[in-house]
Amino acid sequence: MIEWEPLWLSLRLSLVTTAILLLIALPLACWLAYSRMRIKTVVESLVSLPLVLPPSVLGFYLLLAFSPANTFGKFLDHYLGLRFVFSFQGLVLASIVYNLPFMVNPILSGLKSLPPSLKEASSTLGKSGFTTLAKVILPNIRPSLLTGIVLSFAHTIGEFGVVLMIGGNIPGQTRVASLAIYDEIQSMNYAAANQYALILFAFSFTILLIVYLVNHHFSKVNPLP
Amino acid sequence: MTNANDQYPSSPQAGQSFLRFRAFKMLQTADGKLPLDLSFELNKGSILTIYGNSGAGKTTVLRILAGLTEIGSGHIEVDGEAWRNTDRKINLPARKRSVGLVFQDFALFPHLTVKENLEFALQKGEDRRLVEELIELMELQQLQRSRPANLSGGQQQRVALARAIVRKPRLLLLDEPLSALDDDMRYKLQGYILKVHRQYELTTILVSHYLPEIFRLSDEVICLEKGKIQRMGRPSEIFNGEKISGKFKITGEIIEMIPADIVFIVSVLHANTIVKVIATADDVKDLRAGDKVLVASKAFNPVILKID
Repeated sequence: MIEWEPLWLSLRLSLVTTAILLLIALPLACWLAYSRMRIKTVVESLVSLPLVLPPSVLGFYLLLAFSPANTFGKFLDHYLGLRFVFSFQGLVLASIVYNLPFMVNPILSGLKSLPPSLKEASSTLGKSGFTTLAKVILPNIRPSLLTGIVLSFAHTIGEFGVVLMIGGNIPGQTRVASLAIYDEIQSMNYAAANQYALILFAFSFTILLIVYLVNHHFSKVNPLP
Repeated sequence: MTNANDQYPSSPQAGQSFLRFRAFKMLQTADGKLPLDLSFELNKGSILTIYGNSGAGKTTVLRILAGLTEIGSGHIEVDGEAWRNTDRKINLPARKRSVGLVFQDFALFPHLTVKENLEFALQKGEDRRLVEELIELMELQQLQRSRPANLSGGQQQRVALARAIVRKPRLLLLDEPLSALDDDMRYKLQGYILKVHRQYELTTILVSHYLPEIFRLSDEVICLEKGKIQRMGRPSEIFNGEKISGKFKITGEIIEMIPADIVFIVSVLHANTIVKVIATADDVKDLRAGDKVLVASKAFNPVILKID
């Protein structure tokens, strides 16, 4: 029988990552959608970088940056008591960076597809930017929000390279399901690897299926003008 | 409050104008840069139409008034309150300007029902009865639970108009509100516009290039051409040249010429209608079917019939 701990750890990592990511990605996507600053193209490229960069590259630089042997890592460790290398919070941080495009891009395209007059109508009706966001913009990009949340969640579950680089492979702390599969294969334990793999496969497929079903429903019930 | 027209003489007098507008802005259009440079004043309670070709900057003027488009320089003053003044660096944000703007695409919130769309416009602590009142006034009772996607163009227009008025704005701005509607619907909605304009004592500016509408609705007209005011005045003063005059004049194409006794009956196709004109043999000497002709009459006795 396989250990459940790696699966539980993967789930926890995904939940925490997705929650924090949503809080970061929403303002970021709004800024990218509505700002006229030139620098936003640079930021847009940076956000999408994890899509093309090998996970090991990202993991390597994160490892370098947060290693207590270096200045920045030493500062965090010494003054804030934060250690991001070989720890759960390190995994969360790396996952947030690595999944940024999976959350930001769907939200961004949702925002861009909204007619600008909706936002303008809201402000001529006397509503603040925050009210407009909460009551007009977000309800109208629900499919995009859902897509972003689910993609980041599922993608974090399946993450391997970054997690291995910055988390090491510490049982109970940083050994998530995808690493557990790798371990079982290394020790020629194919049956256990298969069980992990099957669970991950079924889980990911189910989530995506639900998202597409729900989104089809949304676009029928509530079509944009 | 009495009718504003009784309060103020028809020509704007210094110190009495409800709205003072002066703006300069460089517009980026398909044909390159176009300087928008205009100023006008408007009395309380009147309806002003901005008339002009597309690309003349009509919509931009409304957007500037609403605070949705920035200007290079100028000032906007409504009822003594400065909304924008580039010299004094005053810029009231859109949400603090008391305007009701009806967008060309209506901009109804697709996730809210008709009633919720109107309620959205209520400010904190405002009486919900106003929404009920407007639903009744605009005859939206049957539709109040529908979503915008299920409404026709005319219905959406009514909702958009009602929503713009919930805030009881000092200025009602209508951006070609009736352009997508057929004639019957247009006429009906013009009635709605007049109704709310009077009932809520609004000052209204609309963009339109449909003459019957302008005559029916507006007290004053601004002709905008390439970003500048060409003419300004009452509709009958503005359109006294080519468009409307004591003379009756149409152009068309000759379909056929049939001799009848000593005269000819000439059928002229104008737009989609055929007009029959009596002409003498002398008149038709140089004419052939297919010719483009002008039919004009100076002193004649037209018959006016109501069409439904």
